Amino acid sequence: MFGLKADWSLEVFERYFTLGDYAGGEARWCPGCGDHGVLTAIQKLLRDEQVAPESTVAVSGIGCSSRLPHYLGTYGFHSLHGRALPVACGVKSRRPELDVWVATGDGDCFSIGAGHWIYAIRYNMDMVVMIFDNAIYGLTKAQTSPTSPKGMKTNTHPFGAFVEPHNPLTVTLGITNVSFVAQVVDWNPPLVYEALKAAHRHKGTSFVRIIQRCPVYAEPYIKELQSDPNRFLLLTHDQGLPVNTSVTRQFPNQLVHNPRDLPAAWNVAHDNSAIPLGLLYHNPDAPCYEDSSSIGMDMTPETRLQALNRVLDTLTI
Amino acid sequence: MANGETAGAVQLREHIVEIVSDSGEGAQKAGQTFGTVCAKMGNGVWTVEIIPAEIQPPARSPAGASGIRIRLATNVVTNMGDEADLVVAFNEQVLYSRIANGAYREGTKLLLEKKWQEDPQPEIREQYAKAIEEFKTNGLEVHELAIEKACLIHTNNPRRGKNMFVLGMLCRIYNRDLNMARAEIANTFKRKGEKIITANQKLFDAGCAFAEEHIPELCYVVPPRSEADLGGRKFLVSNGNQAVGLGVMAAGMELVSMYPITPATSASHYLADVFHNTGGFVHQAEDEIAAIGFAIGASFAGKTACTITSGPGIALKTEMIGLAVMAEIPLVIVDVQRGGPSTGLPTKVEQGDLLAALYGATGDAPKIVLAAATIEECLHYVILARRLAEAFRIPVILLTDANLATGVQPYPRPDVSTQWFAPPLDQSDWDPEIPPYHWDVNTGLSPRPIPGMRDGNYILTGLAHTKYSKVAYDADSNQRGCEMRSRKLTSFAATLKPPQVHGDPEGDLLIVGWGSTLGAIEEAVDRVRAQGQKVSSLHLRFLSPMEPGLKAIFERFRKVMTIEINYSDDPKVTSGETRRLAQLAWLLRAHTCMEIDCWSVVYGHPLQPGLIHKVIDGRLANLTENA
Repeated sequence: MFGLKADWSLEVFERYFTLGDYAGGEARWCPGCGDHGVLTAIQKLLRDEQVAPESTVAVSGIGCSSRLPHYLGTYGFHSLHGRALPVACGVKSRRPELDVWVATGDGDCFSIGAGHWIYAIRYNMDMVVMIFDNAIYGLTKAQTSPTSPKGMKTNTHPFGAFVEPHNPLTVTLGITNVSFVAQVVDWNPPLVYEALKAAHRHKGTSFVRIIQRCPVYAEPYIKELQSDPNRFLLLTHDQGLPVNTSVTRQFPNQLVHNPRDLPAAWNVAHDNSAIPLGLLYHNPDAPCYEDSSSIGMDMTPETRLQALNRVLDTLTI
Repeated sequence: MANGETAGAVQLREHIVEIVSDSGEGAQKAGQTFGTVCAKMGNGVWTVEIIPAEIQPPARSPAGASGIRIRLATNVVTNMGDEADLVVAFNEQVLYSRIANGAYREGTKLLLEKKWQEDPQPEIREQYAKAIEEFKTNGLEVHELAIEKACLIHTNNPRRGKNMFVLGMLCRIYNRDLNMARAEIANTFKRKGEKIITANQKLFDAGCAFAEEHIPELCYVVPPRSEADLGGRKFLVSNGNQAVGLGVMAAGMELVSMYPITPATSASHYLADVFHNTGGFVHQAEDEIAAIGFAIGASFAGKTACTITSGPGIALKTEMIGLAVMAEIPLVIVDVQRGGPSTGLPTKVEQGDLLAALYGATGDAPKIVLAAATIEECLHYVILARRLAEAFRIPVILLTDANLATGVQPYPRPDVSTQWFAPPLDQSDWDPEIPPYHWDVNTGLSPRPIPGMRDGNYILTGLAHTKYSKVAYDADSNQRGCEMRSRKLTSFAATLKPPQVHGDPEGDLLIVGWGSTLGAIEEAVDRVRAQGQKVSSLHLRFLSPMEPGLKAIFERFRKVMTIEINYSDDPKVTSGETRRLAQLAWLLRAHTCMEIDCWSVVYGHPLQPGLIHKVIDGRLANLTENA
């Protein structure tokens, strides 16, 4: 009662969350799947930021990575294929105090949920959106995804994918009101952690694309990336993601890139010669939709009733 | 001149008036104002818009008929009635489609703009002359009037101003309270400023004087409902979509998430205008799926939301509705039905979504389905829907239709209360011993943890799951989940009472209806009963689950049939086992294992009592032949 426990100690200071508080069911992803490491990073970050598990909601669509909420000890919403973003936006609309995390994949977000992707970026509601991009449909067993490279052999394109892959970075950076775009690879955990931390601290929709291993259905593609650090370009800047030596050593190609510079971010995203890693764009001042959608939440029932009666008056004869 | 009842005015119990014009000539505004004045004077009123299917149909085309019908009476009016008694038309061509629809009878008084007889284009002059001949041959009582010419004295744009002139004519003809009408005009144009108000009031006055001078013989009085009937109550005047909006606010809901679709959107327009007053928000989503997804997200987070749509929107939302059923998320879905399938008849009425509402999902997806039969019920059933959704942790579909959406009627103003509102967000600690689906095996009911509740953490999923919300593919879990979700309907059904029969509880023929056809069916039944026939009617409000005791009621009649606005095969063409039935008839057959007949049409019109009367006479004749 009144925040006090029976022994008169104030409860609020008693709660310290450990990693165990964020543990859910045992993760059922394949051994070697990139999802495991990201899950660990999220749990570590929640612990470090001391976010109460009950005020955290993990929303996902359908796919391997969308199983993530089941493995977190928070509230979760494992929704429909492609529909994580509208559900997450709805959660946030009248409960802006909740800490919302979205787990979605390349198929879930860039294919069946593509329309919602564009609109969620535009609404810019305060949430972390993690796209687990392994360039393949894993749960349904090896179909071409929007980010499968041209020529990749899959069950739907056994002679090789026909079209060039989507570039999710250029699309996202082209959407009005975009406020945070980062890209990391799952096999560099410090960078994943820093990206999620910056994303979590940003007020707005933080789009974090995590290029990620699928050892079962897309191994050749990822092996090739992993074995050639020169394919990547590490973005560094005071206002970017902090990078320690374990990051800089792994990615020798580096570019000083100011994440407040949108045209520079477009250039980096459009440059097909290297895969950028780090923070491409950050605008902390973009308006958030929940600032509009949550209006009137503080009204008492009595005030609502009075207002309703005034509305009825206008139609009364 | 206010309330100046002319000596010799003809006393009437009721009259049906139409104003028909090209689109954009303001006929609907004039008619709504006339209807409001009649309602304020204590008459029973029903107004219904005549809507062309296109936004900008060509001028002077029969298909472009736009306008409004106002039925005013000394009694409560529950439907649009049959043929109009008096019609004002701005050109003769638009009348053809109304005539084809059987909107007029012999003796209907036609007040027709006559400027076309002097039109510079000879073919228009010819069309006009030909039409006048035809109308007269058909028995219409034609009064050719120079309406626009008279307006020109007061405005240089008679196309915009003549609607208020016509309002003046009607108020004179029906001896309305002219000061009340002037005040109503001021109210209608209050956002446009004093100058516009004065200009329109001037046109109104000119219209009054014009009617007095040119058609003094058209002079009627329709006395108001009695004081006893009105009972000193306050009345609201609104259409069904506004009533839905009022219901959303009176239910204490905070969020409507929608995507534009005809004829549902005007409910959201209305809410967008007023919802902020009660602390609510209208979210216009990027598509129908996102609209319901957003609502489901808010509901999951403890703020039960509403999504308002029409047929094609329901089709798109189907997968999400299934999710709400599966994961037991409270949600209110309003379906303002229009003609289908596919894009169908966007602006026209149909009761074609009943089976889609009940069964339009994969797997077994039990949900509550209600149908509002009146505009007043559009308001109250939204409140009921929110309560049921939360109590039974289930999506509730409320069916209305284009007829209710655009019909305007006075109905008692509800005495709203904070008790009707959603309870405040519960953020108390959850007992960790209680699983998120702690199903009571008898009722299927379970309490619901809300994000923010400590120790209530669970992962909602659309996959088959256990009571712990753990994904489970095993035989027992799936069987149990389906049982529990189904049992909620059984336990809700147990709280319902058998429906009331309109008329005697036994007889030759029982008409069963649902939704907006209530007024027309009961009016028709009253007419046949007045002729001594043993006919009664029954109107269902709950379609899933259905109200109890139907079989017992049906067994007291020699024949039971549904009357609906959806498709069924004509029994003269396709009979027996191959005949496809109207939607409620299918349901009732399955529900009662009885022989249920049906009659239905998909004309896109509201049903009219005269047509139903004929149908009943036909079925009674068959009954006598077969006896």
